[in-house]
Amino acid sequence: MMPGLSHYLLLAAGLFGIGVYGVLSRRNVIAVLMSVELMLNAVNINFIAAAKFVNHEQIVGQVFALFVIVVAAAEVAVGLALIIAMYRHKKSVNLNDFNLLKW
Amino acid sequence: MSLKFFLENAWLIALLPFLSFAIIGLYLHRWPKISACLSIVSIGISLVLALGTAFAVFATKEGVVYEAAMRWLDMPGLRVDMGMLLDPLAAVMLIVVTLVALLVQVYSLGYMHDDPGLASYYAYQSLFAASMLGLVLANNFGQLYIFWELVGVCSYFLIGFWFGRDSAKEAAKKAFITNRVGDFAFLLGILFLQLLFGSLNYGSLATALEGFNNSAVLLIVALLLFGGSIGKSAQFPLHVWLPDAMEGPTPVSALIHAATMVAAGVYLIARAFFIFSASPEAMLVIAVVGGFTALFAASIALVQNDIKRILAYSTLSQLGYMIMAMGTGAMSASIFHLMTHAFFKSLLFLAAGSVIHALANEQDIFKMGNLYHKMPVTAGTFIVGALALSGIPPLSGFWSKDEILAGTLSSGHIFLYVLGLLVAFMTAFYMFRLVFVVFFGSNEAQGHPHESPWIMTTPLAILAGVSVVAGFPGSPLMHYAFGHYVNSPAALHVVPGALTMIISTLLALSGIGLAWAMYQQKLLEPRLLVDKVPQFYKLLINKYYIDEIYAWIVARAVDATAAWLFWVDINIVNRLVNNIAFFTGRSGETLRYTEDGQVQSYALYMFGGIIVILAAALYLGLPG
Repeated sequence: MMPGLSHYLLLAAGLFGIGVYGVLSRRNVIAVLMSVELMLNAVNINFIAAAKFVNHEQIVGQVFALFVIVVAAAEVAVGLALIIAMYRHKKSVNLNDFNLLKW
Repeated sequence: MSLKFFLENAWLIALLPFLSFAIIGLYLHRWPKISACLSIVSIGISLVLALGTAFAVFATKEGVVYEAAMRWLDMPGLRVDMGMLLDPLAAVMLIVVTLVALLVQVYSLGYMHDDPGLASYYAYQSLFAASMLGLVLANNFGQLYIFWELVGVCSYFLIGFWFGRDSAKEAAKKAFITNRVGDFAFLLGILFLQLLFGSLNYGSLATALEGFNNSAVLLIVALLLFGGSIGKSAQFPLHVWLPDAMEGPTPVSALIHAATMVAAGVYLIARAFFIFSASPEAMLVIAVVGGFTALFAASIALVQNDIKRILAYSTLSQLGYMIMAMGTGAMSASIFHLMTHAFFKSLLFLAAGSVIHALANEQDIFKMGNLYHKMPVTAGTFIVGALALSGIPPLSGFWSKDEILAGTLSSGHIFLYVLGLLVAFMTAFYMFRLVFVVFFGSNEAQGHPHESPWIMTTPLAILAGVSVVAGFPGSPLMHYAFGHYVNSPAALHVVPGALTMIISTLLALSGIGLAWAMYQQKLLEPRLLVDKVPQFYKLLINKYYIDEIYAWIVARAVDATAAWLFWVDINIVNRLVNNIAFFTGRSGETLRYTEDGQVQSYALYMFGGIIVILAAALYLGLPG
């Protein structure tokens, strides 16, 4: 049987859920960043699926997915630079150590 | 210079003193002597203009009436003009105010010569003169009310002129607040007129009133307007401020609290006579209030020991006389008495001031004595004033008082006639009690009393001369010219008969004789009254306890209200505010721990929020 739209959407939802879980629960900043990438890719799957099943005359979905990949690459570069700066400052990449801005 | 010039430029009479006030207040206050001269010169020019205006008004046999006005405030439902209405009534008042103000200001040069506040004293004097003249000139109730309040403010400033003394401060406040009570009624009355007739102009009101026959409304309006008179002319029950107003400098008492401002209430009734005379019930109230005040104040004056307070109660009593005359319809007689009283009462006050000045601020008459030989001019002029006030012919008080008595008699108020005669007797008695004790008594005054300088005695001499002759315009010698000019169609005009003249003169002479017997010859012991009827004496010496009653009522009312409001404030307002603050504080205390600085907590709240919003959107239907 050919996979339909709902299969792709379920896959993307699962991937997004894993990403959210990672963002909320992992204490390592690198892992959080990786979880964000998972969420972005879940969105990409949605775009491609929609392009295939909803509107296959134009390639709007594919173009958008490519944009997301490009922006994500830039984001990772900035994010990793921030993580290095944080590590130099605190000798740690554990998010629990970065709670200066509180009550 | 034609007479028309004076009529058209009569507004200068009020403007010049006002300019003098502004210039002194803004530029000249550091040079007291120059300020004083400017003030005196400006009121002097006003006097000349007022005399010219009077000549123009009395030029024809009927009396000229000239009215001019310009718009000052105009909005839907209310128009207030600044204008002038010149008629015989206004002309008489203009002369009285400018003449007395000029003489008082000259006199003050001597009386106040070493006072550090001389410049501001003259600034206030000028402002007062301007306000009083503006009041007299007014051609509508709006303007009248503005200047009415201005004279009240000047009175406040001048009573409290020596504000270093607590008693002066208290007296100034008392005068102002007591006047406010009457003025509020007056304002309501004016607003009623505007609502009912759509105009405040005297002339338009008089025309509009002719077709108006709702006598209940008219009675209310008339009584509200009369409220202003009660306050300003210190009639019972708002008379309490006037005796205390004697805390001001004596020339101020002479000008404001004897001759001019307190007469404004009488002038108001004369101006609005067409309203009052249309309501017989209001006229009765006016007559009774005036008559009662006349008797009430005269009885207090019998036993007072302070020279200025005796004169103050005498002023109350004479104002009551005028108001009573208004109430009986004898409007012309009332204004006649206002004029003569202004001259002889300001003379009496200024002469009393001369005595006080010579005795280093001593005011108790029993600490004075035998001043006749030491201060002959003061004593002589004072006696002229006292004779005029007592109504001894041919001095001015005789003619005006007899005209009032004739008015009460021919209007059918026999009771008021007898009351008036009784007051005339009492007046003669207490004035000559004062004269005999102060000027002929055997007590020796402290220090070395001496005659006042010429700058003080000259005004006394002029006023004494005026007090002698001011009655002639209303006498048969000049064919009752005063009553011919100053009159109102609705007013009653009668000439005193020979019988009234004889009775009143005999009563005045017997009052003088009784005072002579008691205080000069000691034939009758003054203590007799104290010993025989101690309660009555106590009642009189304590001024019928009116002040104490007011103090008690006010304290009761104010304290009770304050206690209640305090309870409301503490238990309702305060508690509400405190609880709001407490709740806000507690919420903050609790919720601050959600701000833990963990970026993942914030992300969790964000996702949680999104889920809630999505769930709500799914459950309730997506918007749009």
